[in-house]
Amino acid sequence: MSSLKLWSAIGLLVMASSAGDVLLSAAMKRIGDLDQLRASKGLFAVVRRVFAEKHFLFGLLSMTVGFFCLLTALSWGDASLVAPASASLTFVCSAVMAKFLLHEDVDHRRWISAALVCIGVALLTK
Amino acid sequence: MKKYLFYLAIMCFGGTGDVMLKRGMMDLGPITLKNWSHIFAALLDPWILLGIGCLIGFFYSYLTALSWADLTYVLPATAFGYVIIAMWSRFFLHENISAWRWSGVLLISCGVGLVTRGPSVTRRGAAQEKETQLSMKQMGERHELA
Repeated sequence: MSSLKLWSAIGLLVMASSAGDVLLSAAMKRIGDLDQLRASKGLFAVVRRVFAEKHFLFGLLSMTVGFFCLLTALSWGDASLVAPASASLTFVCSAVMAKFLLHEDVDHRRWISAALVCIGVALLTK
Repeated sequence: MKKYLFYLAIMCFGGTGDVMLKRGMMDLGPITLKNWSHIFAALLDPWILLGIGCLIGFFYSYLTALSWADLTYVLPATAFGYVIIAMWSRFFLHENISAWRWSGVLLISCGVGLVTRGPSVTRRGAAQEKETQLSMKQMGERHELA
């Protein structure tokens, strides 16, 4: 039962972090080149434009939920399991969400790269 | 060139920020429920402040990179931060890095190397562009024949 609880928290953490990444990416694509905006209108205009974007605020909310799920998962399980498991699964989940929600062209190169990073992160805990 | 500088900033600021926070928390000692208010003292620690500064730099670079590149391109680049953490942990915090961890670092580096050799952004309507180019070429050939 405790294992189910732990994996539920990890699952929620992965979903929230991936959703946060996807929402932030969608928000930034709607705003356009941030560096160009900063060069033309200044840093304050960038901050104002970013915080006016609904997707960005939902992205931040998702990441906050993810952060509290991480704290909860860490209180239920070992850091050596929670941190790499969540980081690795988030990579794969974000790639899947980016393909189907953002319609990104995730080719073989990107899938292989996500898999290599995923395994690499898991090995970092050994 | 500017874009690669932003990817580099993501890698360096993310990893360095985490290590600076760790270094600051080493000064502070473990936080428990009994002394939870000590967490606020962390905000006065120079290492923690440096770490927060780095993480602000990381977030700005991350958002900027997302404004022109795909998420599936930027994510592996941010993953290289784990390699930076391993390097700092070995040479700055003097932690032991096992052979397994070095192999993890190698795999992440391969993943980052692989993805950065491809295009950074999905071209919208690429198929339509191709069709347009093809029809333009066919039109040109017809004119030459005529």
